Amino acid sequence: MINKMMKLKKRRTYAQQKEIMGFLYVLPWLLGFIFFFLVPLITSLRYSFSSIETNAEGLSLSFIGLQNYIEAILVNTSFNRILTESVIDMIINVPLIVIFSLFLAVLLNQKFIGRSIARAVFFLPVILASGVILTLESTSLIQAVNEQNAGSTGMLNAFSSFELQMIMLEAGVDESIVNYLTGAVDRIYEIVSMSGVQILIFLAGIQTISPQLYEASKIEGATGYESFWKITFPMVSPLILVNVVYTVIDSFSRNALTDLIRETGFTKFNFGLSSAMAWIYFICIAIILAISTYFISKRVFYYE
Amino acid sequence: MLLKKLISFEHWKSWLWSFVRFILILGLAFVILYPILQKVSTAIKHKSDLYSPIVVWIPQTFSLDNFTQVIQIMDYWETLFNTFTLSSVTTILTAFSCALAGYGFARLKFKGSKILFAGVILTILVPPTTILIPMYMNLKDFTLLGIIPLLTGKSVNLLNSYWPFILTSITANSLKAGLYIFIFNQFFRGVPKEVEEAAYIDGAGIGKTYWSIMLPNASPAIITVVLFSFVWQWNDSFYTTTYLTSSKVIATQLSSLPYNLSMNLQDGVASKADPFYQSMVQDTGILLAILPLIIIYLFVQRYFVESIERTGIVG
Repeated sequence: MINKMMKLKKRRTYAQQKEIMGFLYVLPWLLGFIFFFLVPLITSLRYSFSSIETNAEGLSLSFIGLQNYIEAILVNTSFNRILTESVIDMIINVPLIVIFSLFLAVLLNQKFIGRSIARAVFFLPVILASGVILTLESTSLIQAVNEQNAGSTGMLNAFSSFELQMIMLEAGVDESIVNYLTGAVDRIYEIVSMSGVQILIFLAGIQTISPQLYEASKIEGATGYESFWKITFPMVSPLILVNVVYTVIDSFSRNALTDLIRETGFTKFNFGLSSAMAWIYFICIAIILAISTYFISKRVFYYE
Repeated sequence: MLLKKLISFEHWKSWLWSFVRFILILGLAFVILYPILQKVSTAIKHKSDLYSPIVVWIPQTFSLDNFTQVIQIMDYWETLFNTFTLSSVTTILTAFSCALAGYGFARLKFKGSKILFAGVILTILVPPTTILIPMYMNLKDFTLLGIIPLLTGKSVNLLNSYWPFILTSITANSLKAGLYIFIFNQFFRGVPKEVEEAAYIDGAGIGKTYWSIMLPNASPAIITVVLFSFVWQWNDSFYTTTYLTSSKVIATQLSSLPYNLSMNLQDGVASKADPFYQSMVQDTGILLAILPLIIIYLFVQRYFVESIERTGIVG
């Protein structure tokens, strides 16, 4: 009997053991995934199709079809506007953040005095710009007043982009491009504070590029500009996709739409409407991600 | 002669570039540091300096009044201790469970593991707001598949306790956990297969290989995950203000700070409070909330780049 069991145990190959252990290792996550993600996700989908009433036994759901969605889009006064605003914001910000963080990563990778201090400062937004701190900061009266004062006395006037705008318009650059760029200059703090992790990812990517490539190109007579476009850019191009996705999901935590959805759910107790809003938002994000992934992954260069 | 001119031109060009780079970096660093400097300068001012036209950055009368006020209103030391405990516990549990799941997905493939990994990606992509309300309802009447009502007769309310955080971190589904699983997965995929085979030939089982070979070598990935998870948990207001409404942690204390201030500063009559002074104390509060993070950051910032570079996210 014991011999037989031993034999049975022996017969389980290494590969089979691996399969079983693999399942065991993933099991904690799987349980959490089911109970803290999948079930709530399905429940929220169900909420979004029903009208919800609270009574003594808890919640009672009754199916009302697409009515919540219709209400969110056509009836609710602010949802429409805020949704378009946040989607447009995202579309405007994502390329800016990605380009800006790539540029800064290249800068911070060069050798200069005080590089480690500069790096420390640029990663500071990773730990600072999130959650409550950001919301409270925007309501800080002192800061607002100081900025006003500074503007009028001319101390921070260098930040205003009016001159730049005039120069570019004179030079015959298209007006929409000018507005886009000067808008970026005006929102520089927002962009800097949102690109900490992206700089980190690009910087790490640049540092894995083998120095031989640069050496060879230098011997062949390439300028710094050329070696950026022929070596650095193709080598980090897979990371552009990573950063685009990261930037999009990072914006979840800090936009007005999230606040609106929460408010509808928790202060007005309209769970159905709130869930419908959340689902519309998710679908928009999914579409944006799908489109950008499709276009970027077509152009990405893989070294292998 | 010609050569000399060429050298000087190159020299001149590189000098100009360093200068431009210096200005750029200095300017952007100033943009980042500006709000912090402003807060420091506001925090050490006395109330009387607020309306003084000659005070811009450096206060005329230094005072630590703001700090004592905030420490008292926020119940700072207790809050700090609570936040620290919460962040450390969730960080350790999250790192542990995510490493396990990451290794399972990367190295111990089984039927359907690819589909489950798509589930990980899904958790990253779905905005947390989408599942917030059902999660809230679920935690309010927590039944664990009907087991708890069987034992005690009714469901438990897990809100306002640390249980939601502990449960989600044990099961690798806490704040941004999908991202951490992804990081671990990428890292373990980069470890050569030969290491595992050698361990097997030497008689180590799968569990032993994981614990004594894989995990100790995964320190870059572990450091990255621990750092991010700690910082994000510390700053998180989304889950924290939902699950913990009356506990004293930084996130809830900060979000109720404006209200508490107006109640406290003027003997309970909110309308009498000077909004300018209130804003000043509030700025001090924010400064105190991020101060521990900045101090920790000063010591660990060099690990940030080093470890991310070696986790293989980028490879």
